Parts: sequence; structure tokens; C-alpha cells
Amino acid sequence: MPAGHHRLNPCRRKPMSKNFDNDLISRLYRKIRLIRRMEEVVAEIYPSDKIKSPVHLSIGQEAISVAFCDPLRRQDVVSMTYRGHAAFLAKGGSPSGMMAELYGKRDGVAHGIAGSMHLVDMDNGILGASAVVGTTIPVAVGYAMAIKMRGEDRVVVCFLGDGATEEGVFPESLNFAALHGLPILFVCENNGLAIHSPLSNRWAQPDLCRRVEGYGVETHRFEDMDTIVLRAWAAERIEAIRTGASEGPIFAECPTYRWLQHVGPNDDHDQDYRDAGEAAHWRGKDEVARLGDALAPDMRSAIDEEVEAIIAEAVAYAESSPFPQPGELNVGAYA
Amino acid sequence: MTAYKEAVRLGIARAMRADDDVFLFGLDVDDHLGIQGTTLGLAEEFGAKRCFGTPLSEDAMTGVAIGAAMAGMRPIHTHIRMDFLLLCMNQLVNIAAKAHYMFGGQVTVPMVARGIIGKSWGQGAQHSQGLHSLFMHIPGLHVVAPATPQDAMTCMMASVADNNPVVFVEHRLLYNREGPVDISAGASTIGKGRVCREGGDVTIVGISNMLHDALKAAALLEQANVSAEVIDPIWLAPLDMDLITRSVEKTGRLIVADAAWTACGASAEIVAAVAERVPGVQVARIGFAPTPCPTTPSLEKAFYPDAVTICVAAMRLAVPEASIPPFAAMAEDMQQDPVFKGPF
Ligand SMILES: Cc1ncc(C[n+]2csc(CCOP(=O)(O)OP(=O)(O)O)c2C)c(N)n1
Ligand SMILES: [Mg+2]
Repeated sequence: MPAGHHRLNPCRRKPMSKNFDNDLISRLYRKIRLIRRMEEVVAEIYPSDKIKSPVHLSIGQEAISVAFCDPLRRQDVVSMTYRGHAAFLAKGGSPSGMMAELYGKRDGVAHGIAGSMHLVDMDNGILGASAVVGTTIPVAVGYAMAIKMRGEDRVVVCFLGDGATEEGVFPESLNFAALHGLPILFVCENNGLAIHSPLSNRWAQPDLCRRVEGYGVETHRFEDMDTIVLRAWAAERIEAIRTGASEGPIFAECPTYRWLQHVGPNDDHDQDYRDAGEAAHWRGKDEVARLGDALAPDMRSAIDEEVEAIIAEAVAYAESSPFPQPGELNVGAYA
Repeated sequence: MTAYKEAVRLGIARAMRADDDVFLFGLDVDDHLGIQGTTLGLAEEFGAKRCFGTPLSEDAMTGVAIGAAMAGMRPIHTHIRMDFLLLCMNQLVNIAAKAHYMFGGQVTVPMVARGIIGKSWGQGAQHSQGLHSLFMHIPGLHVVAPATPQDAMTCMMASVADNNPVVFVEHRLLYNREGPVDISAGASTIGKGRVCREGGDVTIVGISNMLHDALKAAALLEQANVSAEVIDPIWLAPLDMDLITRSVEKTGRLIVADAAWTACGASAEIVAAVAERVPGVQVARIGFAPTPCPTTPSLEKAFYPDAVTICVAAMRLAVPEASIPPFAAMAEDMQQDPVFKGPF
């Protein structure tokens, strides 16, 4: 983790209005802080080779997962990508189960089979992630269809990257979800990149929402990544889908920025494929710091301590869990 | 000595220099990592018109390659993992493979689809598959899996020059393997394999990266007084059945080791084709364990076969009564295989 990300340029950061509910802010801060610190710790551990799994860190992008998962109930469902640590933790996935999974240990959420790219926790409404871009989008739609068929009031939130919108399954899934009025909210985390490829190399029409609207889907494009703003909108629209006040699907495009390399624990701005000024801009409005600053210092440090304890426990759990034994290779190959 | 990844790059570059209709496209072919080095410098040498990245649209891009090929171009479509070729399946199988036949010979589809088999560092279930046999099953497709730098270069040139669609199988653990490359060599002959080591007791066919395990196994088996003949088929479709059959007629025993599952796999096909030609042949197939690939290193070891797996199979076929020597310990004294370190 690059040092100094908490020492931000103060003039760039909008102070948070003190009118917001302190409970809400402390809840959001606890989550975003947990995610940031978990990933920082993953990055610290990585050079030791204890985590032999490709890790796609979401550092810089966490606010979106936090905001969209906060209004969800445990029975609601998220679908996420291989860049899924943030959504996993935000939806209530176990930090210890995640860390053990990254270590390839038996007590990981998938017993070491999944690694970082396929996190899953069905008890907490987390559909397993796929490393093949876009494949989870229709699966999330199918889950939403089953919810509707069974007359349940659950909602699916489907996270996807900007690159995933280029796969054929994206428009195919949108069309079907719209045709059937399914209870699903698509959340595009637009970090402007697919690995190293900028949007300008991939999209002839940069107005993604306009394309999505063409399928008969309600859309909303956020101008900025502000946890409180995202969360308020998400809460309102998720409830509207749940109660039937609005028919799904709904599509939200959230601008964001990936601070680190596409895969791996390091900064890669030295590789010259993206603009360092942009990085400074985004680091200057870090949502972890911004939410933290909105809390009373003693409350903030109490949360920070709590988070460190959770992470220390997760690391200890991962360290002490055994590896699966070779004889267990076949377990689960068929249901 | 030249690394395999550099040889792939040389093969592409030579094909592009020889024919202006050849172009290279696919996700990330023009970024600064250049598909693990196999496409570095090509955008600079040939320009963005002939070397370009695409949106994440493998299905459509395969169709685009087919259309361009029908129009007279020779596209090389690159995928950083073979698993992504599953998104190309419809276009490759339903159009590319059949067009020349189905359209009465009015069109050809001279295109190459490159796919890289991933292994190690927790590639997991979706970044590690060896899917070449799916393509071998389809009439109209050629499939090639070179295992040495020299073959990587000459097979790439042959694949580009081929008037049929070719699935070009690479393996990540081959990339840093070095070998001599004769830079003046021309395109390889389609469908021609090679005997890499002569022996009389057992024939071992090693596919893609497994060729190196087969060669290592042969060296270990020699210490156990078992003489193994090692064959690199190089092309999986068409297969050099004459070469393999001649060897098995001599040894009477056949092991096929593949970087893929065995069920309905290249190993099954080779074994069956030999059984049809050589009565009484004793056979064994070696490949991935019949599960998806796990990420944890402790299970990866059980999932993948290696030189020792081959040695044990060879002993059972050739000298079933003999006890199995400590091949794993013996292998430690040999040159170690290249290891791969992440993050990807
Ligand atoms: C079908 C498929 N094609 C290509 C890849 C290689 N790949 C992995 S991540 C990625 C970029 C995806 O970009 P985006 O959807 O914007 O997500 P981000 O990584 O930015 O979060 C690509 C091309 C893949 N995993 N799956
Ligand atoms: Mg992106």
C-alpha cells in the first residue's frame, strides 16, 4: 500500500455536513475502513507469498460497495466480480473466511478452492464471483427472476465493471431483465479502465446510460463518488424495487478510480498508461478519510481499533487454518 | 538461446512482415505488458492498424476475424487465457470451421485464435483449462500446441499461412523456457510431429507443456532401466498418426500425457487411434484430475500430473512386477522446472 494516503490535500476534500445521522456515518465508516484495511493488509502480506492467488484490489473504489450494500438485508443478494473483496465484506461476508480463502486454507469460504477471484457466501446473500468478465451478469438476472417467480421481496444488486458492459451478455441480460421487470439493480463501477485499456479505446459512445436506456431500463449516472449520496439514492431505489413502487431493473453508473495495479498489490503509476494527476485528484477525495473526518475523533479511533482487531483475528485465523489435504481434491466435484 | 515467448513474438512478426494482410488483435495485445511479452513491439513496428486492442467482446471479435478472413485478410486473434475461447466457440465451430465446406469452397477462413493455458499461482477453475480437445473434435479446424521455442515460431508462421482456421495453444509455463531458434527456418509442416528421444520399451506422447515432463520422465526411467521414446505431436489436428503408430509398433506400449483432462481428450483420441492400428497395445492416459482446478497450492499438486506420474505409469506398463523407484527424490537432482510467481 502506498504510504501517505491519509495525508490528503485538504482543499480538495469537501467536508461532510454534520447534519447526517451519526449512526449512519459510523456504520459506513466501519465498513469502508474494514475493507480498506483488509486490502492494505492483503497487500502487505502479499510479498511473503502466503497468498498465492491473483488479487484484484478495490482500494479507491470501496465506497460504491459500501453504499449499495448498506441498505440491503441479509437475504438480499449481491453479484460481484473477481474484484470482489469490497462487495464481499460490505455485504457481510466473513473477514476471517475471506483471508483464509486467500491463503488457500481449508477454513476459507470455499475451502481454498476459490482463492480471491471466486469469493462466495450464500448465507449472507453473496453469489460466487467469476474470473470470466461478464459471466455473472445473466446469473444475477436469473436469480432475480427466481425471486420474482416465487413472489419474494428480495432484491439483487449486480456489480460490474465498465469493461463488462462490452460483453454480449450485458445487453442480452438488460433486455431480458427489462422485458420481465426483474428486481435487480445493476451497478457499474466505472473506473475508466479494463486492465490498461482506457474507455476511449473501447467505447464509441461514452454515454453508457443512454445506451442502457435504449433497452427500456431506468438509469442514473452519478457525477462523483460520494458514499452518502450513493447510499441515499441506493436506499431509496432498492426500497422502490422491493415494494414494487418501481419495477426493476434499474441501472446506476458510478465513476470511480482504481488506485493500484489491475492485479497485484502495487501502485503502477510508474508504468505510464494512466495519468498521475488523475490519481492525485482521486486520492484527494478519499472516502475513507472523508467519512472518518466526519466522526468525533474518539469514535473514529474506537472504530479503527475495532477494525484492526477484526483483521488481526482474520490473519491469525488464516495462518492457523490447515491446508486441504490432497485426498480432498474430489470433494464437491459433483453435488 | 531464445525464450518461448520471444519465439511466439518472432513468429508473429515474421508472418506480419511477409504478408501485409496479416494483422494481430485482441484484448491487451498493444499494452505495455504485451500478452506476457509475446506481442511487445508489434504495435510499434506495424502500427495501430495492424496491431490493436479491442473491447471485451470475444464472441463478436471472433466473428469479425472470420469476416475479415473471408475478405482476404489473415487475422491473429489473441486471448490471454484459453478459457476465453469458450466465448468464441459459436463463431469458431459454427462458422469458421464450416464455412469453406458449407459454402461450397467459395470462401476460406485463414485465421489464428491464440489461447494460453494458465497454471499455478492460484489460476483456479477458470484460468487454467486446457480445452484443445474441444476444437480437435470439430472437422474444419486445425489445432497446434508447440512445446519448444523453435516450433512456436515455425508453427505460428504455418498457422498464419494455413487457409484453415487454426487454434494455437500456448502454455504459460512454456513462456520462459529457452531453446535454440533458427531464425531463418521457414513455416513448419502442418500435421508433422517429432520423435524427441528414442527408446524401445514405451512410447510417451507429451502434449504442450507435458512434453517437458515426458522428457524428464524418460531421463528418470533410464535410471530404472526402462527405455522411453518421447514424441512431441506438435499438431493435434491433424495428428501425425503415422509417426506415433510407428513408435508404438516398436515399443508395444503407449502413454499419452496431456495438459488437460483425459475424458474425451487429446489423450483419449491418440490412444484410440493407436489401438485401431496396433493390436494388443498397452495404454495409459495422464492428465488433470477429473475436477475443476483448485486454487490452493496443496490441492493444485494433486490436480496436476508431472514427470513422476508418467514414470509410475511407465513402470506399471513396462515392468509391472518391479517395485517403483523413488522417482520424486531422483527428480530433485535434475534441473528444476521454471517456477511461476504472481501476481498473475
Ligand atoms: C471474458 C474475459 N475476457 C477477458 C478477460 C481478461 N480480463 C480480466 S479483467 C479485465 C478487465 C475488466 O475490466 P472491467 O470490467 O472494467 O473491470 P475492472 O477490472 O476495471 O474492475 C479483462 C479484460 C477475462 N477475465 N474474461
Ligand atoms: Mg474497469
